[in-house]
Amino acid sequence: MTAPIKFYQTGTFTVGNRLLSPEQRSVQSSLERSNSLNSGHRACQGCGEALGARYAVDAAMRATQGQLIAANATGCLEVFSTPYPETSWQLPWIHSLFGNAAAVGTGIAAAMKVKGRNNVRVIAQGGDGGTTDIGFGCLSGMFERNDDVLYICYDNEAYMNTGVQRSSATPAGARTATTMAVGAEPGAQFGQGKNVPLIAMAHEIPYVATATVADLHDLETKVEHAMSIRGARYLHILVPCPLGWGAASQDTIKLARLARETGLFPVFEAEGGEVTAVTKIRRRVPVEEYLRPQKRFAHLFGAKGQQQMLAGIQARADRNIKRFGLLDVETAE
Amino acid sequence: MNMQKPFAITLDPGSSLANKTGTWRTERPVYVDRLPPCNAQCPAGEDIQGWLFHAESGDYESAWRHLTRDNPFPAVMGRVCYHSCEGVCNRGKIDAAVGINSVERFLGDEALKRGWQFKGPASESGKHVLVVGAGPSGMSAAYHLRRMGHRVTVKEAGPLLGGMMRFGIPKYRLPREVLEAEMQRVVEMGVKVELNTRVANIATAMQEGHFDAAFLAVGAHIAKRAFIPAKDSSHILDAISVLRSMEGEDQPMLGRRVVVYGGGNTAIDVARTAKRLGATEAIIVYRRTRERMPAHDFEVEEALEEGVMVKWLSTIRQAGEGALTIEKMTLDEKGNPQPTGELETLEADSLILALGQDVDLSLLEGVPGLEISDGVVQVDAATMMTGHPGIFAGGDMVPAERNVTVAVGHGKKAARHIDAWLRGTQIAQSVKHAPATFERLNPWYYSDAPKTVRPQLEMARRTSSFDEVQGGLTEDNALFEARRCLSCGNCFECDNCYGVCPDNAVIKLGDGKRFQFNYDYCKGCGVCVAECPCGAIDMIPETV
Repeated sequence: MTAPIKFYQTGTFTVGNRLLSPEQRSVQSSLERSNSLNSGHRACQGCGEALGARYAVDAAMRATQGQLIAANATGCLEVFSTPYPETSWQLPWIHSLFGNAAAVGTGIAAAMKVKGRNNVRVIAQGGDGGTTDIGFGCLSGMFERNDDVLYICYDNEAYMNTGVQRSSATPAGARTATTMAVGAEPGAQFGQGKNVPLIAMAHEIPYVATATVADLHDLETKVEHAMSIRGARYLHILVPCPLGWGAASQDTIKLARLARETGLFPVFEAEGGEVTAVTKIRRRVPVEEYLRPQKRFAHLFGAKGQQQMLAGIQARADRNIKRFGLLDVETAE
Repeated sequence: MNMQKPFAITLDPGSSLANKTGTWRTERPVYVDRLPPCNAQCPAGEDIQGWLFHAESGDYESAWRHLTRDNPFPAVMGRVCYHSCEGVCNRGKIDAAVGINSVERFLGDEALKRGWQFKGPASESGKHVLVVGAGPSGMSAAYHLRRMGHRVTVKEAGPLLGGMMRFGIPKYRLPREVLEAEMQRVVEMGVKVELNTRVANIATAMQEGHFDAAFLAVGAHIAKRAFIPAKDSSHILDAISVLRSMEGEDQPMLGRRVVVYGGGNTAIDVARTAKRLGATEAIIVYRRTRERMPAHDFEVEEALEEGVMVKWLSTIRQAGEGALTIEKMTLDEKGNPQPTGELETLEADSLILALGQDVDLSLLEGVPGLEISDGVVQVDAATMMTGHPGIFAGGDMVPAERNVTVAVGHGKKAARHIDAWLRGTQIAQSVKHAPATFERLNPWYYSDAPKTVRPQLEMARRTSSFDEVQGGLTEDNALFEARRCLSCGNCFECDNCYGVCPDNAVIKLGDGKRFQFNYDYCKGCGVCVAECPCGAIDMIPETV
């Protein structure tokens, strides 16, 4: 997923690189990037979703030469970007209901087809609530009909806009307003929730991928590839939420990076239901390093810590590593 | 405008740009420049990070020109400098230090190969400066003074340019054609050199030549002596004479078993030279242990590889015919060697003393204002000026560590202050940036890349010839090595801040112009600070 040339000074990990030719550089490093989500939006300091949305939509804008329409589910992204009468969006953008973004996307794509404007492409986007819970029926329908829409889920692992309630993307052990840190097993229950990227794969749609805001090159490559394909596509981006996770605003990218490096958030691509590529872990770290800076996991640590729950979360990371082959050489457990 | 609005819409659509989110901020990010450890460490004051930046893009001529703003001798430096910069390189904490010295040598060699020349001064000042000694310090000063537009005359007592670089450093470390070429390039700028010209008295010389200022850079050519009871027939030489005679027609006769007394770099140099001259055994006698040896460890290592032997914790009590009496030593609690009374005999055809060197300061006699102590002349450390106005000094003859890089640095510093003194001005003390520490970096963004190792001459030729031991890097390797630089503390335009801002509050100004914060929208989240690879952004509290 990374550029073929290695530059040891800047690495292949920085946003830009003066040593690359302009066409090899990332969209975000360009003076001409479309800034699809413009300044002045009301997202919190260090918002991962605002960042993820600009990364993804800017890349889609470049891939379609600006011929792009977005449908948006209700959620943080919608609320902070469009308080009436202002908008931060610099592309045609429509919001209808919480649960119907995929269906609206389908409708726009159908309309463009009828009008013979095949060059205009459609994305539908929402948070994890609008995607994995409320909009899930419409999403599954869009998948099974193989509608020509790229659906992007910005996953911050809870309903942040309404005050941090649990969603089906909330990880086990996390404290939310509806999964309080009380009782024998505080926080979100183990064994609940759903993995929508795997469910999307089960629909055997042309393209499914996961990404994080910590790896821009990987994210942009995936968006670009998705826009080169017709049919239903799904991109699931992990976007840390400083407010809901109880993390420092400057740690947004660091946390996304650690989510991948622990194995808790596997980064992969799949075509037609088969995994085709995984982004390997570069420097494996124990889950504790990822969990500790987040107050939503504070009850796992300290004097009355939850060793068993920590072990359970580590086991989940280990399972991902094994299942997706996230390490080059399997280290002995 | 009478625009028909859709049903229930009463306001024109507006942009969120109307919402100045900068008012949320309690802290603001600011771009800073920090002093990288390599630059801070360099005795010659090179902007190492600055010239590596040019080398990274393969623009070697710009890199060389940037480097030679401070140090005119990169090919020499790339061979003999002890590169303390690499010892402090932050990359050393990730994998291995950047091979600064080897890239410097590559640039120096590239310049010689391509025939790059220095540009002369833009205008002439009309002032005339005398430089005494054509060693690293003197030639460095001559170069800088000439660039500033002064007439420069160098008077050198010896028959050739280079001073201690020629008479103190063996050929296998510094090939003479490299040295000569870098010296000549300074001469070609219009520097007048008078060889075989000893300055007997500086005051007289300045008066006779109508010089406006002088820079004294006499090397330490006089060997120190130690009292060793010796028989007439014992063959005792000093290291510096042995090394000097290597430059002449007649190579010194040392015999088959050569003993060198001392523990500095000169002791190592002379032992390795003896080996190359055919000695079957070259033995260094040193009174302390390897850990306490002043010689640089890599040179000790190279010497040991070549078969030089060392008798640690030993002193020489007596020199007889064909044999020496050695006394074993022991280190006391303070680490000082103490005699044990235990004696042994060591066969030796010759004994070479390498116990340090002194400077001949006789040219300073009768000059008012000069202060001489511990065999060196005292100077103002900030300006290199002696107690006598207009007379500056540097290199071996002032109190400092004695090596080529320090000497070159003295030359540059003195030249700047001579220039200021001649113009009747003073150089304002520039405030140094705060250090760029490792803790400020975000090393995630640097790929893993271990150091490139320079090729070494094969062992058989190392002990039988004076061919250069250390090879140079190929272009590919030099480029690779340059790109390992982390650019600690200074923006290298990686676009990270521009990319990671969730609020588009970083303005990219274009190639070479860096970035600016748009404080109208910056919410002060600090993501740019956390994700800046090189630590070039600070977060400071807003004033209310």
